Amino acid sequence: MGVFEILQIIIPSAIFFAAPLIFTALGGVFSERSGVVNIGLEGLMVIGAFTGVVFNLTFAEQFGELTPWLALLVAMIVGAVFSLLHAVASISFRADQVVSGVAINFLAIGLSLFLVKKMYGKGQTDQIQIGFDKIDIPVLSDIPIIGPLLFENGYIPSYIAIALAFVVWYVIFKTPFGLRLRSVGEHPMAADTMGINVARMRYIAVMLSGALAGIGGAVYATIISRDFSHATISGHGFMALAAMIFGKWHPLGAMGAALFFGFAQSLSIVGQTIPFLKEVPTVYLLIAPYVLTILALTGFIGRADAPKALGTPYIKGKR
Amino acid sequence: MKKKRFGVALSLMLAAGALLGGCGQKDENNAGGNKDTFSVAMVTDVGGVDDKSFNQSAWEGLQKFGEDNGMKKGKGGYDYLQSQSDADYTTNLNKLVRSDFDLIYGIGFLMADAIGEIAEQKPKAQFAIVDSVVEKPNVASITFKEHEGSFLVGVVAGLTTKTNKIGFVGGMEIPLIEKFESGFRAGVKAVNPKATVEVQYAGAFDQADKGKAIASSMYASGIDVIYHAAGATGNGVFSEAKDLKTKDPNRELWVIGVDKDQAPEGVVKVGGKEYNVTLTSMVKRVDVAVYDVAKKTKDGQFPGGKVIEYGLPENGVGIAPTQDNIKPEVLKAVDEWKEKIIKGEVKVPKTRDEYKEFEATLK
Repeated sequence: MGVFEILQIIIPSAIFFAAPLIFTALGGVFSERSGVVNIGLEGLMVIGAFTGVVFNLTFAEQFGELTPWLALLVAMIVGAVFSLLHAVASISFRADQVVSGVAINFLAIGLSLFLVKKMYGKGQTDQIQIGFDKIDIPVLSDIPIIGPLLFENGYIPSYIAIALAFVVWYVIFKTPFGLRLRSVGEHPMAADTMGINVARMRYIAVMLSGALAGIGGAVYATIISRDFSHATISGHGFMALAAMIFGKWHPLGAMGAALFFGFAQSLSIVGQTIPFLKEVPTVYLLIAPYVLTILALTGFIGRADAPKALGTPYIKGKR
Repeated sequence: MKKKRFGVALSLMLAAGALLGGCGQKDENNAGGNKDTFSVAMVTDVGGVDDKSFNQSAWEGLQKFGEDNGMKKGKGGYDYLQSQSDADYTTNLNKLVRSDFDLIYGIGFLMADAIGEIAEQKPKAQFAIVDSVVEKPNVASITFKEHEGSFLVGVVAGLTTKTNKIGFVGGMEIPLIEKFESGFRAGVKAVNPKATVEVQYAGAFDQADKGKAIASSMYASGIDVIYHAAGATGNGVFSEAKDLKTKDPNRELWVIGVDKDQAPEGVVKVGGKEYNVTLTSMVKRVDVAVYDVAKKTKDGQFPGGKVIEYGLPENGVGIAPTQDNIKPEVLKAVDEWKEKIIKGEVKVPKTRDEYKEFEATLK
């Protein structure tokens, strides 16, 4: 295999692996930028995956090729609604945000498995029949070298994820809404005195994170696992969380980190077939993504500054 | 203050639940004890008896045994308890022991520790564990010769491939999966010496994304048949094969399933036409094994402390009943090799070292 063939295998799989992480990490950026820790991303992804698969199985006959798209939409809504639990607990009732997030994780997996058993009478769902297709993007895939690497055999949601990162960056850093969101996360009291409704901003941010994590979970289930069981989402929410921190709470950084995870992951798999890496015992290749992450975190990223008010509930009038 | 009161109410409720639960168990304890007839029960892992896999297969075996012997479902006949989580294994096993079942199965290697623990506490009860070995005098260990079944699907793969490149995706690099790998490679080599088998391990049984990435790299490098022994990681292999098939329905690529008939997993619709990427599957007949051990125990020959291996001669492993995608001449070859294995003319390797010896004999 030449270098080009190897890249042709690594890059597309890095992108499809990264897509669910990008969606979820962007959700995390919204929530944490507003000052609410969201450990519950994992659980929100579970809910999204569950909703996406169940919707797809139930309505595939009626909607045909449109089904996976509608499933994403429904997963987004359900994710947003589910994240309300976290919002109510941590914003209105000022519960510990980490505890509430962990509760979301437990609740999501328990609830969705319970529902799967009730609905289908077994531990996992059937496989969905209609997923997203692999496509070659017209025109762009004809560009020499870059075309086959980036625009062949891709999935549309992956490209949406990358585009969305830029949209989120614009929203957070270039719009009044984004400024308010960040101010609420940095210094809620100052924001409050300027007439911004802190609780309302945080509610919106948490629900946005739920919506995006819901999409992330649904994308994962639709493209990768194609069914839903207890093992469908195993740690991907936490990887998204890591990607967000790795990316310094910045949308583009989070996207870059997610792509980096994807790249490391697919390198560890493809590495088993690359001539000069073939002799390395498999186990070293399998741990490579995690080692690379630790190295990158400690060596190259520098200090990561979290939003100042992250994790502290805002109590009006308290100094 | 309000919150506190709510908390107290909640814990009271939980305490009441626990107490009542305890009562329930005691009742069952008294109700059991009818020792006239043979009775048998099993504990599932979290999958449940309609998981289309081990648990379902085992339960089908028990049901058949029950019907054949005129037993009734329930206490004193045949029954099952489903586990909701790992924590339920010992509880469920205990419950069945107290209900005086003569033989109690634990389905799946996940239950090995629980069976070992309870078997020690209740030396008079008789247990059987599927897919694992528990060294206790009152436990019968049921295992399968996966290498023999894998050999047969290896024959199918070797005779079906057009590119002479075949892939194997393993879950974890453990002796059990090595049996699949070695048997499969031997089967391929036996019928198609020119074919190469690319072996990759995902390092996990529950990471479909890794399975998909491996499958993606394998199919891209010209491999046209992949055999997976990787549980839910294998879902990724199926999803990649189906996506590629959707993109180009004329491309010939196949997945070989494992443990159960995975034909339903391979169905893909392209432009109104239905295709199936599942070439065949290597099935473990848990039902056959469960039936057999129950029968032996009923006849007073409980194989406690022994390890029973179910292979091709016992019909314990084999290729799946769905064979639409296999060519007739390939099926014929499979039957011939099956005969040879049953007669003992071919010894299927179950480790990598044995595979090397096997390969040497072919030359």
